[in-house]
Amino acid sequence: MEVVNLQDLVRGIRNHKEDEAKYISQCIDEIKQELKQDNIAVKANAVCKLTYLQMLGYDISWAAFNIIEVMSASKFTFKRIGYLAASQSFHEGTDVIMLTTNQIRKDLSSPSQYDTGVALTGLSCFVTPDLARDLANDIMTLMSHTKPYIRKKAVLIMYKVFLKYPESLRPAFPRLKEKLEDPDPGVQSAAVNVICELARRNPKNYLSLAPLFFKLMTSSTNNWVLIKIIKLFGALTPLEPRLGKKLIEPLTNLIHSGISVLPPIPAPGEGVLVPRGPEWVSALAMVLTAVLTKLSVAVLISLSSGMPNHSASIQVRPSLGGDHGVPHLKYLGLLAMSKILKTHPKSVQSHKDLILQCLDDKDESIRLRALDLLYGMVSKKNLMEIVKKLMTHVDKAEGTTYRDELLTKIIDICSQSNYQYITNFEWYISILVELTRLEGTRHGHLIAAQMLDVAIRVKAIRKFAVSQMSALLDSAHLLASSTQRNGICEVLYAAAWICGEFSEHLQEPHHTLEAMLRPRVTTLPGHIQAVYVQNVVKLYASILQQKEQAGEAEGAQAVTQLMVDRLPQFVQSADLEVQERASCILQLVKHIQKLQAKDVPVAEEVSALFAGELNPVAPKAQKKVPVPEGLDLDAWINEPLSDSESEDERPRAVFHEEEQRRPKHRPSEADEEELARRREARKQEQANNPFYIKSSPSPQKRYQDTPGVEHIPVVQIDLSVPLKVPGLPMSDQYVKLEEERRHRQKLEKDKRRKKRKEKEKKGKRRHSSLPTESDEDIAPAQQVDIVTEEMPENALPSDEDDKDPNDPYRALDIDLDKPLADSEKLPIQKHRNTETSKSPEKDVPMVEKKSKKPKKKEKKHKQKERDKEKKKEKEKKKSPKPKKKKHRKEKEERTKGKKKSKKQPPGSEEAAGEPVQNGAPEEEQLPVRGTSAPPPRTCDIRGSLQEDSQVTVAIVLENRSSSILKGMELSVLDSLNARMARPQGSSVHDGVPVPFQLPPGVSNEAQYVFTIQSIVMAQKLKGTLSFIAKNDEGATHEKLDFRLHFSCSSYLITTPCYSDAFAKLLESGDLSMSSIKVDGIRMSFQNLLAKICFHHHFSVVERVDSCASMYSRSIQGHHVCLLVKKGENSVSVDGKCSDSTLLSNLLEEMKATLAKC
Amino acid sequence: MIQAILVFNNHGKPRLVRFYQRFPEEIQQQIVRETFHLVLKRDDNICNFLEGGSLIGGSDYKLIYRHYATLYFVFCVDSSESELGILDLIQVHLEVVFFIAPKVFVETLDKCFENVCELDLIFHMDKVHYILQEVVMGGMVLETNMNEIVAQIEAQNRLEKSEGGLSAAPARAVSAVKNINLPEIPRNINIGDLNIKVPNLSQFV
Repeated sequence: MEVVNLQDLVRGIRNHKEDEAKYISQCIDEIKQELKQDNIAVKANAVCKLTYLQMLGYDISWAAFNIIEVMSASKFTFKRIGYLAASQSFHEGTDVIMLTTNQIRKDLSSPSQYDTGVALTGLSCFVTPDLARDLANDIMTLMSHTKPYIRKKAVLIMYKVFLKYPESLRPAFPRLKEKLEDPDPGVQSAAVNVICELARRNPKNYLSLAPLFFKLMTSSTNNWVLIKIIKLFGALTPLEPRLGKKLIEPLTNLIHSGISVLPPIPAPGEGVLVPRGPEWVSALAMVLTAVLTKLSVAVLISLSSGMPNHSASIQVRPSLGGDHGVPHLKYLGLLAMSKILKTHPKSVQSHKDLILQCLDDKDESIRLRALDLLYGMVSKKNLMEIVKKLMTHVDKAEGTTYRDELLTKIIDICSQSNYQYITNFEWYISILVELTRLEGTRHGHLIAAQMLDVAIRVKAIRKFAVSQMSALLDSAHLLASSTQRNGICEVLYAAAWICGEFSEHLQEPHHTLEAMLRPRVTTLPGHIQAVYVQNVVKLYASILQQKEQAGEAEGAQAVTQLMVDRLPQFVQSADLEVQERASCILQLVKHIQKLQAKDVPVAEEVSALFAGELNPVAPKAQKKVPVPEGLDLDAWINEPLSDSESEDERPRAVFHEEEQRRPKHRPSEADEEELARRREARKQEQANNPFYIKSSPSPQKRYQDTPGVEHIPVVQIDLSVPLKVPGLPMSDQYVKLEEERRHRQKLEKDKRRKKRKEKEKKGKRRHSSLPTESDEDIAPAQQVDIVTEEMPENALPSDEDDKDPNDPYRALDIDLDKPLADSEKLPIQKHRNTETSKSPEKDVPMVEKKSKKPKKKEKKHKQKERDKEKKKEKEKKKSPKPKKKKHRKEKEERTKGKKKSKKQPPGSEEAAGEPVQNGAPEEEQLPVRGTSAPPPRTCDIRGSLQEDSQVTVAIVLENRSSSILKGMELSVLDSLNARMARPQGSSVHDGVPVPFQLPPGVSNEAQYVFTIQSIVMAQKLKGTLSFIAKNDEGATHEKLDFRLHFSCSSYLITTPCYSDAFAKLLESGDLSMSSIKVDGIRMSFQNLLAKICFHHHFSVVERVDSCASMYSRSIQGHHVCLLVKKGENSVSVDGKCSDSTLLSNLLEEMKATLAKC
Repeated sequence: MIQAILVFNNHGKPRLVRFYQRFPEEIQQQIVRETFHLVLKRDDNICNFLEGGSLIGGSDYKLIYRHYATLYFVFCVDSSESELGILDLIQVHLEVVFFIAPKVFVETLDKCFENVCELDLIFHMDKVHYILQEVVMGGMVLETNMNEIVAQIEAQNRLEKSEGGLSAAPARAVSAVKNINLPEIPRNINIGDLNIKVPNLSQFV
């Protein structure tokens, strides 16, 4: 097998252009082989290649575990590859990501700044809430690292941490603030960056930083930092107006020194890019100019937001007008204008022509920007004019996307803030009607919604609207040419409804009725037909009323006859809604016909069907209805149905539900379901059958499908005059009319004014005001009474509903000025043994921390008694170790040599039997992912007295989930000091299989041997248990992290010693000495000794009153002698041992045990 | 925040794909393709801002791109926060991202590769990533001082070189692979207190 590197892979892919996919799949197979190798260089190379394949779109999530392996390589070269692959492919759903916590922590505290840097960079891409919580404190420590390279990365990554773990913001903020004044500009810039991002979402919380930023702005020379700060001030000035005034001077200075702030333009051929030559230089120069302009514009922008000055737009103008050839400047100028617009609309409005010109630009981005600007520029005065211009662009626009954009913008502009700028609604309706002439737009529903809204809310316009709508209905054939959904035919929905609802305004209701009953209508989409049917009746009712009042019985009967004749076409409709309504109404009309035949007046009753007025209801009204007291909305009304039933209930098709609602119509419900299912299946089949001509809702398509039609030559009719729908108004004439009207108004006003002036003159008083036309002067043409939308009574006024509860930034809206409470600390992972020092300093780099889940911690312990071991010599003792990891764990030492017989001292036996309270392992519930819970485990470490210092670890695995666990594999990362004895031929990275499976609720024990080099220090090994959890729903591959803790006590073996030998040992003088004292002990001395015997594997040599001597021996032959003395409330332990480190560690452990007594 | 940095050539072949927000691989490819088509149909002499594309997230994204020789450098910038109130701020931000970050990125590439061309990017995707990591981190601009960036990258390259680099690894790896296939080599040699693991040695053959 050839191991290829990345370059070879790229070359290979380039050489296999025809069968790239095949070649890559071969490569992936090879990579899989390489990943199985032991050699970390091969693995790293393979992972590097995978990263490349990921870019080409190949999923590499299957290699996540290998990536972690490469991440944990000791060499920077490999580590970097691993982290890069992780940053490209890991995400919150990656299950092995939790395995990385400790590796990342290790790398963060690495002595090499590049290891730390690479870990921070990687983490910034895949940080999860768990990682953020576990590592927040480590990262915060790094914020005060000696190397600026690390500091800036640590500062920047904090933003990601805040997003994932908002609780960390308050504890970390003081230090972040401190970094604003960091001596290194990179760190400073990172801190500014983070605070700007934070402040942008919740500016008010950062107002107190303004003085600091002010200082920074005047002192910093970093371009980037300056722009960021200016941006920040832009967000702060609206909240604190005084800030604006203060900013003027420094900002003006900045503009003047703007040129010096910018990097120099490189000379041709010097440190520049690929396309060298004049083009490039000019391009770069252009970019730089734009930065310059933008910098000053940015300055002015923030200035203008706090200041009433008009210079801003003057500055922007040249960038729009003067440098016409520079597209960037145009774009940026438009952007800047949109900002100025908000504070100084008038100064921008004067550039209306310029902006309208931009609508003709060939660049779509610029056109869209200009459109955006127009939205904010309109006033009562110029609305009609602007919209007129836009309408001409609509006609000219090529490409539906831009035209649709124009259409929505026109509607947006007109309807903004409750039609504030519309003075003449007749004009608006005619604009809407004109817009219906757009072919192939997707925004038919938008126009329709506007028509409905205006007709309902502006009472004065109804008469006009109805006349327009009836004209629309009359010419429906023109609109219905494209009946795709959301197409322009949607307008007919609105037209039909308006004509029906406000039929009293109709000039020729009979004519409209006929228009609505034309056979052509049946080609419209179902929901429109349904509205037609419903409104035909409304219309019919009003005609009936008219005729009866006029005493034209024959006329009334003729209308009824028309209905009876035409309605059946709807009854045959394929759309259920239409069919249902039509058949219902047909029966009603037939009944009326019978009554009419008997000369019974029916009009009253029929119109009673539609009595009452429909009022507009506010969109949020429903939400605002207060919940009545005593009503629990979350309570079940009916208990939820079982799964199997609900599956049937699921509305697979609309008709399915429909049918269930009216089962009486159908002979058998079961058959119906079957039918529906078949229908569904048939639809599916038809959809897949290329030869089946689909009954799609688009008649255009149908038209195309008709054989031979496409061969008919279509003659393009060149009409110089735009097609006009007869009877439809042209909005243009309104513009003229409006102008005339305004002129007339003005004249009248002037007249009045003159009169007044004359009066004033008469009164010898002069008035110097010029007759200017302001917005307020323009009186609307109609009496505009926009009906306010209805709200429920006692609705609660709240702005809450405007906020998105899922907004990740909302969680960061935290008051930062409040002093930190004691409870607000970043979770610090620490080992139990270190708990003696309460509340450790946050700044201390935590090396031996463990993931701690504050919420779900629970101490539980279960000791497994095992008597089956046959021992030869010495004793056996159980020693549960402080442990934390997923589930129950316990350690126990025992001699490995099973053939040797052992005498068990009574003391240890007793201790073994009693439940352990001390140093009990902490159980941590992992969030259960997927279907199966990780199996709880218990583990015992037992020392053995063999030549090569081995300990046996017995792990009891208990399956608490409901799945069967199989294929369990235990992999432990060896350390220098401790390594796992593996079967012959397996590598250090291979997992060791667990020789059994676990059905639910069953536990079993597996034993592993570890070789320990030095026993004088406690140590931990990390490991992973991978397993397959199998249940009814399938099998999932899961992993469980754990940590084996080898405490010093676990290396001791309870060894009996006689007092004379003990005395001799003490006399020998080659033992070092150390002692501890623990206060506040209430336990009896007997129990205390038992505890020491049990937890630390000692045996009592002699006991006199409250004083006892104890002895133990390590697996490597160290002698340990103790003298335990009990005082009033304290215990002192003096120890002697052949190794001082071992002794001090042992005593430390003992202290922890005793402290809990 | 920067949502993605894409580099592709005139034919839409991706040369660097760096997302700061998770998308499945196939969606990433789709975004690259869509972006390519959007950018391709624009003239070289119109502005380099693109908005309103029907990309993933729709109008939430703004694209800022540059065309250098055979390559397009595209920055996708999230503008989800551009609700009218803070629209302008992001826009200022946008230009900054565009005018400084990509320039620094490309110029740094140029420095590090000595006259960067597409081939450099093709064959050294990993190195390009490492350079980018010094400019942008987690979607935020980390450093704009090019000298600093180049210094850090060179320091890391030296570190890599001192470790023997990755390029030397496959040769060693081949021999390692060969050794692994020899079953007769004893796995553990126990001589008294010495415990020698044979597989570990093979790395140094």
